Amino acid sequence: MAPLTFPEWRNQPLEEILYHCRELLEDTDFPTVKRWRAAGGKVLGHFQVYFPEEIAHAAGMLPFKVRGAPLEPMQADSRFGSYLCSILKTSLELALSKRVTMEMFVTHPICDAARNLAAVWGRNFDYPCQILYLPQNANSGFAATYLRNEYDRLRREIEQIVGREVTDADLRRSLAIYNHNRALLRDLYALKRETPWQVSGYEAYLLLAVGGMIPREEHNELLETALPLLRARPAKKQDKIRVVYEGGFCEQPPLDMLRALSQSTYVVDDDLLIGLRWILEDVPTAGDPLYNLAEAYLEKSSYSPVQHDLRKPKEEMLLQRIHGAQASAAVVTAAKMCEPGLEEQVAYTHTLDAHGIPYFVSEFEENMTSFDHLEIQLETFVESLLFA
Amino acid sequence: MTTDQHTELVGRGNREGADLFRSWFEELSATAEQGGQSAYVFVMGSIAEVLRVFDLPTVFPEINSLQTAVRRVAHEYLNEAEDYGYSPDICGYVKADVAVQLRKGAHPMGQIPTPSLAVYTNACNTYIKWAEIWERMYKIPIFTLDVPGTRQARMQTWRGDPDFENDRKYVAAQLKELIALCEQVTGIPFDIDRLREVLGHANVMSRGWSRVLELNRSRPSLFNALTDGTVYLGVANGFRGRAEGAIFFDRLVEEMEYKAAHGIGTLTDEKYRLLFVGVPCYPIFRRFNEMFTQWGGTFINSTYLWFASGGTNRGFEYNLNDPLESLAEGILISVRDAMDSMFYQDQVLAGMVDEFEADGIIYHPIKSCRTVSTGLADNRRAVMASRDIPTLFIESDMMDRRVVSEAQLKNRIDAYFEGLAARRAAA
Ligand code: SF4
Ligand code: SF4
Repeated sequence: MAPLTFPEWRNQPLEEILYHCRELLEDTDFPTVKRWRAAGGKVLGHFQVYFPEEIAHAAGMLPFKVRGAPLEPMQADSRFGSYLCSILKTSLELALSKRVTMEMFVTHPICDAARNLAAVWGRNFDYPCQILYLPQNANSGFAATYLRNEYDRLRREIEQIVGREVTDADLRRSLAIYNHNRALLRDLYALKRETPWQVSGYEAYLLLAVGGMIPREEHNELLETALPLLRARPAKKQDKIRVVYEGGFCEQPPLDMLRALSQSTYVVDDDLLIGLRWILEDVPTAGDPLYNLAEAYLEKSSYSPVQHDLRKPKEEMLLQRIHGAQASAAVVTAAKMCEPGLEEQVAYTHTLDAHGIPYFVSEFEENMTSFDHLEIQLETFVESLLFA
Repeated sequence: MTTDQHTELVGRGNREGADLFRSWFEELSATAEQGGQSAYVFVMGSIAEVLRVFDLPTVFPEINSLQTAVRRVAHEYLNEAEDYGYSPDICGYVKADVAVQLRKGAHPMGQIPTPSLAVYTNACNTYIKWAEIWERMYKIPIFTLDVPGTRQARMQTWRGDPDFENDRKYVAAQLKELIALCEQVTGIPFDIDRLREVLGHANVMSRGWSRVLELNRSRPSLFNALTDGTVYLGVANGFRGRAEGAIFFDRLVEEMEYKAAHGIGTLTDEKYRLLFVGVPCYPIFRRFNEMFTQWGGTFINSTYLWFASGGTNRGFEYNLNDPLESLAEGILISVRDAMDSMFYQDQVLAGMVDEFEADGIIYHPIKSCRTVSTGLADNRRAVMASRDIPTLFIESDMMDRRVVSEAQLKNRIDAYFEGLAARRAAA
């Protein structure tokens, strides 16, 4: 029987549920991981952006999304040079400071900085620290087969850690649980798109983000509880502009920044923690589960600046997201020192210019605490649109 | 050996390398003027082996960019790209190239042709983002040749291992797709005999490159890995798979063997044998080197010469009887090795310290390049834990002179050499 890692929200009214989600996200002791471990569970930490959590889940491990933390990188700072994004340092910090203990760490070739993490991590810890080589040539006819076999390699690694076989039947069970989670997250995003006065971008984010820290069964229960409560909210539509937020695929903007944004706009769609929502449809459970998962990564997936796919020019995808959400403006951000994010910003803004879509550009750092300047700029931007 | 032969041999590689480099840019200018086709490629896996079969001249935007820094005009290009919207915090090579493109190919060394296609590996993720820029600018086909790297320290797989076979098949499948794309772009049918010929030249070059690097174990060292090495590297990349490249490396080996046999070193009176880790400081290229040579420091090897040659330092030789399969295996092993020389440098360096009898390691992480620089501080910590060797950690940039503080660098370098001298005196 899996332990309950996040009991605080249960039997609480909606506002309390949201409050507890925020508390959890800001708790640098990572209590859900500690509770999991206290019950004898093993943990696989995976760095942003996408990781096939189903494989770790099928083995009975807790897949923990390593995505930085609200803490000072006291020890990690000396492991890195300057000119790097914050998430790299705070992620390593949470391991070095023993806030999170794990049995395996996996990163991906998402960017020049993150792909170094397996080597850096591996020099500091004895457990397996690896790169999962998600294909960068999504357009190759062999990519799905290659990825299926790469997932199989991962499965074998994980089997070594848990000391048992991870069968196709185990994987199918996990796929079903994750399919349900994907459906619930789609519901949450549909609600935010269709009636954003019932769930703000910030609130939706709280409900989404805890998913990376708790077993997916628990996340499903949380969403199953919260969604009807959100729908039943007696909230009224306000005169706010509808915006799409872009730039949260890896390092996460501070919660207060998202809250400020949600106060002045309706954030009707975004790419925040896109890895948790990467696969857009159910993954078939019949047939070879690893192949199905690999194929879904390539063929039924979202987009981000760190996945190259000739079929998904990012700026076109952003336009689709804006139109799909009937947004009238975009907030285009990038984490400080994030090479892919900053590069994409140029393509995004030039395209938005060409299409006459207003946008607000900014950079952020996960642990920034002062937003005065940003808030004023944002308000000026919003006012310029409202009174245009 | 007569004095004439001696004069002819010593320094020949540098002279011929410089001539070849100039002629290469002249060829590119001619291509640009005639409106000919070209392929934009990168140093870590140029896949010139395939592109040559289709007579596609290879343009290396990284080299074009670094040349703007060497010629001290990089800031003009960087500013132009920043005005266009690119952040001061991204790779300077990308920005200099964006400015070259905005200037319609005008470059201090000639005219750069526009691309007909771009081919790049994933050895650096910025390659991919960069190619996406050309895709937008020119609406050209771009091709990622995805080469899976080492999954975990010391866990490289080799032929016969199912995980290696998965990677190799993936690379092989992509090569076939690339060949089909090249046929489509150029209208030239694939010719396997031409591929064999190109691979034959590439084999000579890889063998020569690996031998040249190995010969620098000599005392005194035969060439400076930072300065002379960069000239050889230019040929290794620009002329990969060409007869001129093969001849160059054959002759370079001859020169180095001669120097080794006669104990002829560089112009520096070698007191300290140094390893260089990172990317050279191109904005003050000569001066940077002088700060070391004036103390008797010579660079005997560098990870730069490894990864920036796409791992051809390994000396992998293609099997001409099975060219396509062997090409897939060779690219996988070489490009993976290039990535290992960046991410898992600690192991490589510990080996180099022993084999080359190094006295010190200079780490030069740069703002522009997170691929190479992200792990260097931790890498240094690990190397120092495994070898008793003094290291120096200096940060600057390979393009942006705003980040290069010459006085500060000199202070640090001087202090380092004083430390080396004190250590030697105490030994
Ligand atoms: S924030 Fe950007 S640079 Fe940093 S790890 Fe993520 S993708 Fe890489
Ligand atoms: S990030 Fe580094 S390896 Fe990549 S293109 Fe720039 S300088 Fe080259």
